Amino acid sequence: MIRLENIAWRVGAFHLENITFTVPAGCYGVLMGATGCGKTTLLEILCGLRQPAAGRVWIGGRDVTHEPPGARGIGYVPQDGALFPTYRVREQIGFALRVRGEPSAEITRRVAGLAGPLGIEHLLDRLPHDLSGGERQRVALARALAPRPAVLVLDEPLSALDEELRDDIATLLSSLQREHALTALHITHSRREAAQLGDVTFRLAAGGVAEIPSALP
Amino acid sequence: MSTHVPSRRRRFDPFWFVLALIAGVYLAFLLALLGATAGYTTPGHWLHALAAREIRHAIALSLATCLATALLSLLLALPVGYLLARGRFRGKAFLDAALDIPIVLPPMVVGLCLLIFFQTPFGRAIERVVPFTYTVAGVVLAQFVIGAAFAVRTMRGTFEHLSPRPEEVAMTLGCSRARAVWLVTLPAARRGMFAAASIAWARSLGEFGPILVFAGATRMKTEVLPTTVWLELSVGNLEASVAVSLLMVALAMVVLVAVRIVGERV
Repeated sequence: MIRLENIAWRVGAFHLENITFTVPAGCYGVLMGATGCGKTTLLEILCGLRQPAAGRVWIGGRDVTHEPPGARGIGYVPQDGALFPTYRVREQIGFALRVRGEPSAEITRRVAGLAGPLGIEHLLDRLPHDLSGGERQRVALARALAPRPAVLVLDEPLSALDEELRDDIATLLSSLQREHALTALHITHSRREAAQLGDVTFRLAAGGVAEIPSALP
Repeated sequence: MSTHVPSRRRRFDPFWFVLALIAGVYLAFLLALLGATAGYTTPGHWLHALAAREIRHAIALSLATCLATALLSLLLALPVGYLLARGRFRGKAFLDAALDIPIVLPPMVVGLCLLIFFQTPFGRAIERVVPFTYTVAGVVLAQFVIGAAFAVRTMRGTFEHLSPRPEEVAMTLGCSRARAVWLVTLPAARRGMFAAASIAWARSLGEFGPILVFAGATRMKTEVLPTTVWLELSVGNLEASVAVSLLMVALAMVVLVAVRIVGERV
């Protein structure tokens, strides 16, 4: 379960006030809203990368408001993938495990276990600048899933992809979410994406967050 | 079937021609300066100058102090450049401006400030642990004050050009911010680090004013290459002065070419 409760955030003229919404455990939540309305900021608050001025962040029934990002059990996929520029694909995927000090045999096993289903086995020795947009997103997804998070958050992961690839990755996201029993929160501008993926859809606007009925207008 | 082979000749464009002309005139001026200086000396003068014990000492001291300065400048530039690029805090504009002071001050004034600082009670206390005034450590400190300011500028620009996102992702994957910077940001900033150290090195090689005022120009002790040029000039030995100047040009060229070659590979 993901719950943002009465979240407030203020920087200069930009502010978010009293933002509350819940994505039930095991559900795929989609957050929509106009450009610049604060969707990414909310995601960053959820991940612990920004500290809210007020409010609480709950993950799986645990108040994580003051926990550091790495302790929240969140897999984060930013808009452009944000791959580590000097790491090869296998090192990207194994990064979290290496940070935790897992044995190298376990890291190799887990990297192979993710690379296969994501179709990136042949890319393991490549650097990010040798990858296409779709490949980058798959690698970013594998990297986020490697430490087995309970929650996956994705910031417009499909926006830079062409239509065919977008459908492929959307299908992949949906199956991964079910397979790994993840609670997901996905930011998008696309109603089609929301309809395709979202069990529950929210819209962020000046007045706060409203849940949109599953049959989108 | 005919195949169209595009002409390799480019159409004349006055815009690019004017730009190339300006660059060409400037380059010709630089080459004329170097050519005129080189024409003033002979290989014999070079060998004679390089055979002098004092000048060999000055070369070795210059290379050693510039290397030390480059490393120290990088050590300072990494945290300060990161702070300026990523930090949000009150007084940032003031800190930013203050760090440029060594760049805009006349070099002699930097030396004078150092000399006066080490006459204060605090400065004297430092001198009792590490003597700086009129010592080799003073040469490094005088070079460092100016070289570090350039290194900080370079590292700040480097960090500003790197997206903070990968670092943030690393934090969500279990890293503290310091570890994320170490594991993700610094490897990505290696070209900038190399450039910052090179700029500090090159700037230090030509440093003269602060060294003269703060560390002195004592032969076989605190004499570096720019000091040699000045000392030889002051006794009328123009040939040795020119030979050492050309040696500095050669060293600078080696560094610039190394920066280009290594910078592309790093």
